Amino acid sequence: MSQYKDRVPLPPTDAQRTNMTCHFCIVGCGYHVYKWPENREGGRAPSENALGMDFRRQIGPQQIIMTPPMHNVIADRDGRRWNIMILPDKECSVNQGLSSTRGGQMASVMYNGQGASRQRLSYPMLFTGDDWVETDWATALAVYAGVTKRILDEHGPESLAFNAFDHGGAGGGFENTWGSGKLMFSALRTPLTRIHNRPAYNSECHATRDMGIGELNNSYEDSELADTLLFIGANGYETQTNYFLAHAMPNMRGETIAKKKKWFPDETAEKARVIFVDPRRSLTVSVAEHIAGKESVLHLAIAPGTDTALFNGLMTYVVDQDWHHEKFINEHTSGFEEALAANRMSLAECSRITGVPEADIVKAAEWAYKPKASGHYPRTMHGYEKGIIWGNDNYRIQAALVDLVLTTENLGRRGTGVVRMGGHQEGYARPPYPGARPAIYVDDEIIKGNGRMLTVWACNAFQSTLNAEQYREAVYRRSNIVRETIARARGATAEDLVDLIYDAVENRGGLFVTNIDLYRTKFSDAAHLLLPAAHPGEMNLTSMNGERRMRLTERFMDPPGAAKPDCLIAADIANTLKALYEADGNSEMAARFDGFEWKTEEDAFNDGFRQPEGIDSQGGATGDLVTYERLRAMGNNGVQLPVKEYKDGRLIGTEMIYADYRFDTDDGKARFMPAPWNGMPQTVESQREKYRFWVNNGRTNHIWQSAYHDRLLSFRRDRFPMSPMEMNPEDAAELGIEAGDIVELHNDYGAAFAMAYPEPDIGRGQLFMMFGYDNGVVGDVVTPWTDRNLIPYYKGTWADMRKVGSMRDYKRTVSFKRRRFDLA
Amino acid sequence: MTGISRRRFLKAGGTAAAAGATLLGTGMAAAEGTTANPGATTLPYPREGVAKAAALTVNEPMAFNYPDDDSFCQILRLGAPVPGGVGPDGDIVAFSTQCTHMGCPLSYDKQARTFKCGCHFSIFDPEMHGQMVDGQATENLPRILLEHDPSDDTLYAVAVEGLIYGRQCNVL
Repeated sequence: MSQYKDRVPLPPTDAQRTNMTCHFCIVGCGYHVYKWPENREGGRAPSENALGMDFRRQIGPQQIIMTPPMHNVIADRDGRRWNIMILPDKECSVNQGLSSTRGGQMASVMYNGQGASRQRLSYPMLFTGDDWVETDWATALAVYAGVTKRILDEHGPESLAFNAFDHGGAGGGFENTWGSGKLMFSALRTPLTRIHNRPAYNSECHATRDMGIGELNNSYEDSELADTLLFIGANGYETQTNYFLAHAMPNMRGETIAKKKKWFPDETAEKARVIFVDPRRSLTVSVAEHIAGKESVLHLAIAPGTDTALFNGLMTYVVDQDWHHEKFINEHTSGFEEALAANRMSLAECSRITGVPEADIVKAAEWAYKPKASGHYPRTMHGYEKGIIWGNDNYRIQAALVDLVLTTENLGRRGTGVVRMGGHQEGYARPPYPGARPAIYVDDEIIKGNGRMLTVWACNAFQSTLNAEQYREAVYRRSNIVRETIARARGATAEDLVDLIYDAVENRGGLFVTNIDLYRTKFSDAAHLLLPAAHPGEMNLTSMNGERRMRLTERFMDPPGAAKPDCLIAADIANTLKALYEADGNSEMAARFDGFEWKTEEDAFNDGFRQPEGIDSQGGATGDLVTYERLRAMGNNGVQLPVKEYKDGRLIGTEMIYADYRFDTDDGKARFMPAPWNGMPQTVESQREKYRFWVNNGRTNHIWQSAYHDRLLSFRRDRFPMSPMEMNPEDAAELGIEAGDIVELHNDYGAAFAMAYPEPDIGRGQLFMMFGYDNGVVGDVVTPWTDRNLIPYYKGTWADMRKVGSMRDYKRTVSFKRRRFDLA
Repeated sequence: MTGISRRRFLKAGGTAAAAGATLLGTGMAAAEGTTANPGATTLPYPREGVAKAAALTVNEPMAFNYPDDDSFCQILRLGAPVPGGVGPDGDIVAFSTQCTHMGCPLSYDKQARTFKCGCHFSIFDPEMHGQMVDGQATENLPRILLEHDPSDDTLYAVAVEGLIYGRQCNVL
C-alpha cells in the first residue's frame, strides 16, 4: 500500500498485465495484475493509463474498484522495485468486475520486505534451542531427509505423519497437490496423513460420491436460472461472496427472468425464491430478505443437528403429494423404495424433531418441489456447505439430502444441482491414498504417541482441528522432547542432528515437527524446522473453482529470499532422499524417489495433472489436453473441467455434469441410500446435557481461513483483535457480559476464549464463534466425535460461558454494531 | 451562516437520491487559497465551512460536498464523544458517503447508527472512525477531518483521510 492514504499511482499504458485467480475462497474471482517500474506512473487521461479510464473527473458508482490495498510496491530478487496493482476483471464470468473484501486486498499481502510481509518465511530455519536461525536448503534438506530416512528404514512409512493441504488456491493448486502427493503417497507411501482441516485422509463428500454424484455438478450460472435456491448450512454472502452477488442476487431480484424464458420457453419464470436451512439467522438470510423481499425468503431455523430429519420429512411429503419424478427415478436410479421406507417421516414428527412449524415445511416443499403453474417441475438449486459437512453425521445428512434431490430430479438439468458451495478452491491431483477407508484418525495416533515425525504442510491444526486442546498438548509435549535435544546439541553438524533427533523420537517419545508454510504459525511454536513456500503470483499455479473452472494464475514476481513453490520443495526432499539411498547402494529404495526431476512448477503440472490415468485427479482422463499455454490463452475465464476437447485454439469444457443421466456408478444409475434419522451422537449429547450453550461456529466475511495474512493487516486485525462470539443479548445480560468483554467457553474437552459480540438474531442458548482464528480457538471445545469416515462434527458441541474480563481497548476500537444488513 | 458555502450545502433529506443524481457531474473544483508546493507531501485540501455545531441535530446527518462538488459527504452529531469527534462535545464526525467498495451512495440508518450500502451491503460505523462493520470494501470510510472554531461555532472541513471512491487522488 502507498504511504499516502489519499492517492494511488495509476498503471501506465505499457504496464505488464497478467492473470490472477484470487488466492482465497472457492469462487475464484478473476483479477488482473499490473506491474510497472516504481518510478513511473500513468496519467489521469484515459489515453495515459492502462485502465483506459478518465481520472480527471469523479468516476461513477460501479465503474471500477481501485483502492489503496489493491496497490503495493514489491521488490524482485535482483533488487528492482515495481508498483503492482491487482484489480478485479470485468470480463471474468465468475465475478464480473466485483471484488470481495478478502480478494480485494491481494496486492497488500504480496511480499515487499516491509510491514506485514516482513513476517514471511524467506529462508529455511532451524530451531536451535532458544531461537530460530536461518539456514540454507542443503542443510535443511539434509536434516529433514536424514531423519525421514532413518525412520523409514527402521519403522516404515507408518511412522511418517503429514498434516497437508489438499486444495486449490494459495497453499494448494494442481502443481502442489501433485508434488506433495507424489512425495507422500508414491515415494514415502505413508498412510499417516491427514487433510488440513480434519484428522484423517478422507472426503467431505463420501456419501454423495457413493451415490454416484460428484459434489460439484453445475455452474454458477445455474443459480441465475433456478426457480428456487435452497441453501443448507451455507452462508454465501460471507463465504462465497461474489458467487452470491454476481449470480444468485440477480435471480433473487428477477433480473434473469428474460434469460429463463429464453432457456426454458414453455415454463413459468419468476424471480427466485430462497430457502435457508440454518439454526442461525446468518448474514446471508438478512441480505437475502433485503434483496428479494421477506415474502420470497423462507428461513428454516432447525434445531442444531436435525438436518437429516428435515430432508426425510420433505422427501416423505413430496412423495405423498405425488411430486416425485417417477420416470427419472425408474430409468436412472436404483434403491428408491428401500430408501423411502428407511427415511419415511411424518410432517408432525419432522416438525417435532427439527422445531420447524409444519406449515413452513410444507411451504418449503411447495417452493422447491411442487410443479409450477406451467405444469413443469421446478428447478431447485441445492447448495450446501459446512452446516452439513461439519454437521451431525456428515455421511448420513448428505445421503438424506441427495435422496431428496434424486426424488425430485434436481440435478443434470440447468437451474438445478446438488453442490457443495465450497471453502477453498479445488486443485486435486495425487496418486491414490495408500490406506483404507475409513482412514487413520491421525490426530488420535499422535495423541497416543504414535508417529515419529510430523510434517505440517500449509495448514495449522492448532487452529483448525477438533479436540484441539488435547491434540496441542500432545504435540507440544512430544515436540519439546526433541527441542530439548536440539538445545543441548552444541557444534552439531546436520548429520549429528539427524542422529540426535532420531534418538529423541525413537527412544524418548519425541516428535520431530517440520512446518512448510508462508509464515511462522501457531504450529511453528511446536516445530523444529521451517521451510519457506511461495504463493500464487510468486509461482504459476492452476486451480479450479466451485463450478470446476480451471485457470492459470501467472507468476509475476519472485518469492522472498530462498522461498519456493511447494511442489519444488517436495522435489527437493525426494531428490535428497534418492541421493541418500543411492549413497547406500540401495537402488530399490532410490527408485521410489524417481520422477522428481522438475525444474519448474510447470514440470510438476505436466507430470501430474496431465496424466490420463492411474491417479486421482480432478482433471480426469482428459487432463492431458490442458497445457499452460492453452490455459493462458483462456484467460480468467479458463475452462470448466472436465475438458471435452481442444478445438480452434480453445479448450472446450463442461458446464453441467449428469445432463446425460450417466452417473458415477458401475451401472450408470444414481443410487439412493437409506438415511434414517439417527439422533445425536452420545459423545455430543453428553455435552448438551451438561452445558448451557450450543457453540455454533464458522466464518466471517473479513477473515480468510486461519487468518495467516489477515492477522497481520490492520484493517482486519483492528476489526477482530480476537475471535468474535455472537450471543443473544439477554443471555449476555444474565451473565453480566457486555460487548468487548473477553469470555471463556469450557466443557469436558477444553476451554476457548473469545470477544463477546451481542447480537439479537442469535437464539437464546446459542453462540456463534469464528472458526479457525489464531486468537480464540473454538476447536478447543469441540468433541473428538466423528462420523464413520472420520469427518468431525465441528458444529456440534456445548459449553458453559463465563466473563473473564473486560478489554478497554476492544471497546474503544472495535465496532459492536449489527453485522446484519436489516434496514430499520 | 458565516464561512459556510451555500454551494456545498445539501439538505440532509434524500441524501442518497441527491448524491446519485449529481455523482457524475464534471466539476473539477480547484483547491482554493493554496500555494503550489512541488515538494508537498500533503494534498492541497481546501478549508471550507460546513455547518454550525449548534445547528446539527443529534443523529440527523447533514449532507455536504468536499473537497469538491463531486464528492458527497455527511456530517453527523452523535450525542456523545466518539473517536475523532470534534465540536464542543467531541461528538461530531464527517465521512465520505460514497462506498469505498464501488462508490454507491450510502444511506444512514438512524436506528442502527450505521452507514449502509444497498449495492453490496457494506456497513460502516461512524461512531468507530468509519470502521467497516461488515461488507465487501477493503477500506473503512474516508474521514473528513474537521476543525471547530469556537469563536463562531463553525465546523470546517480541512482534509480527507482515506481515498475517496472513484479517484486516483482526492484532489482532482
